[in-house]
Amino acid sequence: MRKLFPVLAAVTAIVFATTPFLIANAPYESTMLLIQKIFYYHVPSWVAMYCGLGVCAVGSVLYLFKDSRAGDRYAEAAAELIVVFAGNGLISGPLWARKAWGVWWQWDARLTIALLVWLIFVAYLMVRKYGGPGSEKLAAAVGIFGAAVSPFLYFSVTIWRTIHPPTSVVPDIIENPKGMAAPLLVSMLAFVLLFVLLLNLRVRLAERQDALDDLYLTLED
Amino acid sequence: MLRTALLVLRKDLAIEIKTLEIVTTTLFFAVACVLVFSFAFVREGQAPPDAAPAILWIAVAFSGTLALGRTFERERYSETLRALLLAPSPRPALYVGKLLGIIVLLALDEIILVPLIAFLFAAPMFARPLLLTAFLVCGSVAFAAVGTLFAAMLMRSRTRDVLLPILLYPITVPVIICGVRGTAALLSSPADDATATMWLVILFTMDVVFVTLALWTFEPLMSE
Repeated sequence: MRKLFPVLAAVTAIVFATTPFLIANAPYESTMLLIQKIFYYHVPSWVAMYCGLGVCAVGSVLYLFKDSRAGDRYAEAAAELIVVFAGNGLISGPLWARKAWGVWWQWDARLTIALLVWLIFVAYLMVRKYGGPGSEKLAAAVGIFGAAVSPFLYFSVTIWRTIHPPTSVVPDIIENPKGMAAPLLVSMLAFVLLFVLLLNLRVRLAERQDALDDLYLTLED
Repeated sequence: MLRTALLVLRKDLAIEIKTLEIVTTTLFFAVACVLVFSFAFVREGQAPPDAAPAILWIAVAFSGTLALGRTFERERYSETLRALLLAPSPRPALYVGKLLGIIVLLALDEIILVPLIAFLFAAPMFARPLLLTAFLVCGSVAFAAVGTLFAAMLMRSRTRDVLLPILLYPITVPVIICGVRGTAALLSSPADDATATMWLVILFTMDVVFVTLALWTFEPLMSE
């Protein structure tokens, strides 16, 4: 992974650098025109958040049942990234909503539960920071429950009838021949690559910290 | 397995009946919640139409948090939970026992709260008694399932009293949404049974998911 890291960083940088050109050349959406282009960064940051949910849940399960330290490190790193990417989604969303719907915030189901997922993972980080000894296990339970709540988040938009565009908008755009698919897919790729990059960076930092702690312990013995 | 759970429940109830400490304090707190929210919502002698179910579920959630904290504080005192964990009994049975204890406390709360809210807000709480009971049971189970697991885990933590609500509310807000919207559908006239049943199904799904997850994770979580 260490040798791959510069390659991954370079690829992420290149993909990210191409997205503004692709987005600038994408056709205008018929009703929202220029405003709609925030979509190309809004949706991918939720995609990256879903990746984080998956990694955090798997890492938490591995830590809890197999006592895997690596699982714990991945879960922690993923939780931090969930807060970052969901934060990005929660900032870009209201910017878009202000122009498209005329309000900054709308209490529809999907927005509400997106906010809740963000809250759950802020709580996860608080537990890790202030929970004292043994808080890693409690945090793992929070990670598993946080992931268990997320299907309710995903399906909520089909169960409740709301103002938020339904999730099927993404397949619609991919089938749409107007040229919106390429920028969206490249943006998604860029965000997922960024997610993987940051995840590995954060895990590496945690590994170094653990190694340092072990060294201090051996020194004291 | 079930015997152990019932023994834990009996122990909790025996301690509680002796002093009635948790029942009376949380119940009074729930009533205080209802009154505080009444003062916040009521305008010109009238509450907005959906206030009654919202106040009911908020009062249940708040007083439930208090009951969870107190119940496990009692176990922490002289380390009785550690003694329970050392006993040669299956861990999930201990969890079920504690969970049943919390559900009994919530049920006692609700038995007083529902008539009180019906009385204060002129809400037709008893129009659909069976459906309302189903909502209260499913909602309490979902709330208590998450709450018991986290409260048990947090016993070891110094900051447990602030971390419990921080963890519990974001995870149980879907439960409260289902409860409030479903109860509101029951209270509308005529009662909207179809909507209520849909919410009940979602609530029941969450019950199944939360209880299964809690039973599954309780054992590794409580081992040191």
